[in-house]
Order: sequence, then C-alpha cells, then structure tokens
Amino acid sequence: MFAYVVRRMLYAVPILIGVNLLTFALFFVVNSPDDMARMHLGMKRVTPEAIEKWKADHGYDRPLLYNAQAEGLGRVTDTIFFEKSVRLFAFQFGSSDGGRNIGQDIGQRMWPSLAIAVPVLLLGLLVYISFAMLLAFFRGTYLDVSGVVLSVVLMSISLLFYIIAGQYVFSKLFHLVPISGYQPGWLAWRFVILPVAIGVFAGLGSSSRWYRTIFLEEINKDYVRTARAKGLSEPGLLFGHVLKNALVPILTGVVVVLPTLFMGNLILESFFGIPGLGSYTIDAINSQDFAIVRAMVFLGSVLYILGLILTDISYTLVDPRIRLS
Amino acid sequence: MIKPVLLWTDALVFLLVAVIVAFVLYARHREHLRTPWREVLRSRLAMASLVVLAAYVLTGLLDSVHFRKALPVKNGQQEIQYSGEVLSLFDLLMGPVRTQVEKSYSAPFAVRLYTREAVIGPDGVQRRIYPRLRYGGRHLADPDRERGPDIARRATLAAAETAAAALLILWLSSWRLARRHAETPRRMARQLLRGDLDLPWRTALATVSLLLLLLFMLYNLAGAYHVFGTDKVGQDVLYQTLKSIRTGLVIGTLTTLIMLPFAIALGMMAGYFRGWVDDIIQYLYTTLNSIPGVLLIAAAVLMMQVYIANHPELFETMTERADMRLLFLCLILGITSWTGLCRLLRGESLKLRELEYVQAATAFGVARATILIRHLLPNLMHLVLIAVVIDFSGLVLAEAVLSYVGVGVDPTTLSWGNMINRARLEMAREPMVWWSLLAAFVFMFGLVLSANLFSDAVRDAFDPRLRQRQ
Repeated sequence: MFAYVVRRMLYAVPILIGVNLLTFALFFVVNSPDDMARMHLGMKRVTPEAIEKWKADHGYDRPLLYNAQAEGLGRVTDTIFFEKSVRLFAFQFGSSDGGRNIGQDIGQRMWPSLAIAVPVLLLGLLVYISFAMLLAFFRGTYLDVSGVVLSVVLMSISLLFYIIAGQYVFSKLFHLVPISGYQPGWLAWRFVILPVAIGVFAGLGSSSRWYRTIFLEEINKDYVRTARAKGLSEPGLLFGHVLKNALVPILTGVVVVLPTLFMGNLILESFFGIPGLGSYTIDAINSQDFAIVRAMVFLGSVLYILGLILTDISYTLVDPRIRLS
Repeated sequence: MIKPVLLWTDALVFLLVAVIVAFVLYARHREHLRTPWREVLRSRLAMASLVVLAAYVLTGLLDSVHFRKALPVKNGQQEIQYSGEVLSLFDLLMGPVRTQVEKSYSAPFAVRLYTREAVIGPDGVQRRIYPRLRYGGRHLADPDRERGPDIARRATLAAAETAAAALLILWLSSWRLARRHAETPRRMARQLLRGDLDLPWRTALATVSLLLLLLFMLYNLAGAYHVFGTDKVGQDVLYQTLKSIRTGLVIGTLTTLIMLPFAIALGMMAGYFRGWVDDIIQYLYTTLNSIPGVLLIAAAVLMMQVYIANHPELFETMTERADMRLLFLCLILGITSWTGLCRLLRGESLKLRELEYVQAATAFGVARATILIRHLLPNLMHLVLIAVVIDFSGLVLAEAVLSYVGVGVDPTTLSWGNMINRARLEMAREPMVWWSLLAAFVFMFGLVLSANLFSDAVRDAFDPRLRQRQ
C-alpha cells in the first residue's frame, strides 16, 4: 500500500512537468514577453524603455529556456522557465503581476472557498441520494417517470439562470439574505446560505438522474432478487443492500473531487462576491494577470492528481476484493 | 452586387452538413444502420425534439450564408468597394427587425420608451414624458386604445395561417405516406391523426404546427412591434436571441467535430497497440486532464486575445476576427473535452482486440491499419455517437458560463452568454429590465432541453447494455 502510494506520487512528477511545459508554451511561445508587456502597459505609444522596465520589474527580462551568458548552473536556472515554472514545484508562487504575494493570497482565500464548496458537496450528496432513492423505490410508476422528466428539465436550465433567479427572489424581492458579499467568522452563514442552496439545486437534475441509474443497476442484480425471494421487505432491501453497494461508485466519484474543492466554485463565488479562490481566478483572468493564472493551473493539477490517488486508496477501503499492486 | 464571404466556421458547418447528408444517403438502404435510428424515432419525445432541433439547425444554417454588400459607386471610381458589415441570409429574412433600432430600452410590445425623456412640446414647454418609439407600434394612431385589438387581430391571422399551412402539410404527408404504404390518402390521413402508424408522425405534425404558429406570429408581429423588447442601444432582442442560435450550434457541434479525429485515432491506437504507444497516449491525456478545464480555456483564450490584438492585419472585417475567436474557442474546448471519449474508446478497443474475429483477421495477415479501420472502428461508432449527442447540450450551456467569465466568444458576436452577461447589470435597474435575460434563457432552454431528450433516445437505442436489459 505504502509502496503503491509512493510510486503513484513519483508517477505524478512527469505529469506535473508536462503541465508546466504546456502552460509555459501557452504563455511564452505564442506571445513573447514583449507582447505581454505591451498588453499590460496599454496598446498605444509604448516606448521600448517602458517595455524593458516592465519586463525587468516582473522578472521577464531573462532568456526563455537557456541562458548562454550565465555561468554553470545559472545557464538553466537564470531563465524565465526556471523562475516562473520550476519554482512552482516547491509551491513558491512568487508575486503576481500586480505585485501581491500569491502564496499568501491563496492561503487567505482558501477558507471562504471551502465555506461554499464543502456544504454544497455534503448537502448535495444527501439531497441527491435521497431523491434518487425515492425514484428508485417508485421505479416504473408515474412518480418515477415524472421525477426523471423533472430531472431532464432541471438539467437543461443554465446555472446562470438559477443564480440570477435565486438572487432576485430571495434577496431583492423578499430581502431574506444579502445579495452578495462575505464576512469572516460565524456570521458568514448569512452570505453562504443562498449560494450553497443554489449550488445544490443546480446539480439536482443531472446528479440524481445518474444516481438513480446506479441504484437501478444494483436493483437488477441477482443477489437483490434472492434477498427479495427470501422475504426481505422492499425498504429493508433498498437501505440494507442496494444503498450500501451503490454507495461504492458514488463515494469513489466524490473522492476524486475532494481535493479540487480548494479551488472553489468559479461562478458561484464571483456572482455572490465571495473572496475565495474561484473569484480570485476570475479576477486574474479579467485583469490578465498571468502569474496568478499559472499558479492556479499548477495548484489545480496537483490537487487533481491527489484526487486520483485518493480514489485508488478509497477503492481498497470500501471493496476488499481490490488490491493495489 | 454582393460578395460572398466564407467564414471558417461556415465552411466547417457546411462540411458537417455534407457529412450528415452523405451518411443518411448511405444508411438509407442498409438495414443494420437504419434499425437503431428507427428505434430512436419511434419515441414520441425524440420525434418532437428532433423537429425542434431541426428548426434551430435551419435557423443556424440560414445564418451561416454570409456575404458583403457593395457600397454605392461614387463618380469616377473604378473599383467596387464592399461594405465592412458582413450580413447573412438570415439577416435578409429578418428584414426590418434588424434595422428598426430604437433609442434605448423598451418593453415587449411597448409603443413607448422604457425611460422618461425631456421633450419640448408644441406649446414650447419642456416635459418629461415617455416618448413614442420610432418603430414599435408606429402604425397606430391611438396606441393606448388600439394596441390590444391590433395584437389580437395579428395573432388571429397568424393562427388562421398556421391552420391552413398545417392542413396543407397533413395533406402532403398523407399523400406521400399513402404511396409508400399502398393506401388511399384519405385513409392514410385518418390513420395518421389517430396515431396508428409505426412512427409517431402525429407528434411530428403537431410539433411542426406549433413551430409554424410561432413562425407566423413572428411574421405578423415582429415587423410592427418589438416582441421581446429592445436592449440598451435599442436593438431588437428577438433578433439578437435568434442570431445567438448559430453561435450555440457552432460551439455545440464544431467542438466535437474538431476533437473527434484525435479522440478516435488515439483511443483506438492506445487500446490496440498497447505497450509504449499506450503509455504515451495515457500520459498525454492524464496531463491534459489534470489541468482544470476552465483555467486551460482561460489561459488559451487570453493568449489568443494578445495574439489577435498584435496582428490586426490578418483579418479583413470585424466579423472575421470574431469568427476566428469562435473557432479557436471550439478548438480549445475540444482539446479539454476529448480525453473522456479517448479513455472510453481505449477501454473498448482493449476488449475488442481480444475477440475472435479480430484475432482471425490478424492470423490471416490483414494489415494493422485495415484491422483498425474496418474491424474496430465500426464497432466503436455507437460510443462515439452517444458521446457526441450527450456533449452537445453541455457545450451549449458551457458557452454561456464562459462568456460570463470573460473567456467566451468575442463580445461583438451575438450569443446567449453575451446577452446574459450584459443583461445581468440591467437586473439592478429600477424598474427592472428582464426581457433580454428571459429571451436568452428561454431560447437556450429550448435548444438544450430538446437536445437532452433526443440524446436520451439515441443512447437508449444505441447502447447495447441498455438494449439487452429491455
């Protein structure tokens, strides 16, 4: 087990290098640092001196991959690639193009993101599983059919609609909760409750339909038929056997996304003005702050790979037949 | 004089249409290809959603025939100059709706502006009133009294026209069906109305009639009123939302079209060759997959913005620039979304390569490329098809979100995402401007819902696992 985890982590290294090379190519090969400087300084009347100064200020005045003028190791380390990308491996994010410390920002903004993402996940699981169980219990009846149709209708509606309608009804019409904003500490619940509710509701259609399929697949298996033949009641069967076995695919699907919860929910956070990592990313995109985008890309891939490893481990925990080797 | 303009996305859209038409012609006389499609159409919901989808596609296609009009020739000028504005066939059909631009916001069916304006009356006194619109309800002398009856009259006319057209279509289709079934048209029509036929023609007819009703309503009302109101700069919202259909369709279809060759080729090769080929391909898609999708898209689009801003000489008109950005968005969306299908195809190829018929082909010395194309590919096509139809609705929804984030289509391209994005600020206005938002959501919902229903039927018919269970 331990050896397996270590090997998986080692396997992650080439992937992360690949991610870094890819983002590096995206950022620096398509557009030279000169282009970026011009973009930041504004398109009109940029003097070559201003460009040089911007590049020097932000550390873009070195060669891209190989520095022929430097000595020894400096030939590789005194380059933009090393400065901007390799340091990410040590989680040194450096400072943003706006001059702020990215690592510190991420540490601060992580908590509001989690305050939204964790309740959405937990509450969502509870609601979707209950709804899917209900549909599976009444399978084949009109209740089931109308539930499935409702799911399809719900999943055809844009997330943006849920957010805008929710803000309008609960904040503007009835003044139940603030329309947007955030406050640290326990009072945050007033700001968090609406985004969480909308996040859960927006996923209701697709998730519960998918969970229902998993339940139905389990119900059609032989052991369920045997249990029913032996006289087990339908609710006892559903909760005692079907739910337990269907939880394996559902929970392992959840484990994958666990680490990425830190990244926050882009859309919810920016609509509700929550100072989390999601809105941080969007702001960076809008202000074209490449340093932040690059740091977030790296962080996101690390967390994704972590999720994959966790999934494999969780498989062995819930299903003793699977052995990692 | 006009000068046809072939945008990149137009070319690809027409290529896609050509492929689909070729497939239909090819499959028409091959029973094994026809059977699952008949199965799809046997479902009433699928038939209805197919008709709705067809209406959307038709609008999108009309909007994909682009041209530029010639400017009036000045004296002594030899060469003909063309206008910088790229129009489409659809713009011509919409006629006055496109050009009747008001001053600012106006509500649906309004005859007056939504905001007060200072106007100097005939007596020389300045008053703040809601002025009449330039075009909406212009033909009415006394709008407060005449508007209701006028709308009712136009709607009734539309209903009558629909009834006539529906009867004509009923007659035509029963005549056509009667020839195929060797029946008299009269008895065929009765069977059709009772719903006794093997395919749900009655549902199709009902849906077509409903769409015709909308079309005639539009024809009768849109020229005289702004059916969905106007936006901040006074442009008709109905026109905007109809133009957005093309953007949504292009994103939904071209993205998968672009990614398909990669996903199929790499997935099949990884599964069939195994070994180091498999390792490389797996490494490739794990790496791409581990970058958060939105961020990869954002990074790529940002880079492209800088590139386009630095190379303005590459694009002749603004539309061409916006179109390049749309195509690039499809490309980058495709790159982020091919991995799922690739992994699926790899798994299936791993299974297929061990089957007897593939083993036999190998033993006979059939070339490996031939095995891949003739023996593996046809048995993977159902997975590809299911993936394509399921991805479609997700991509249409994704466009709205991406445009909101600021990394979607060009701000000058009309799209539902841009409409929603712009209308978001109008929600805070007092009184609220709700119509642009609602129009965008309703039209997007129509497309996504019908695509979802259709994809369900396709999956039920093509997925062998589901087929066995029934």
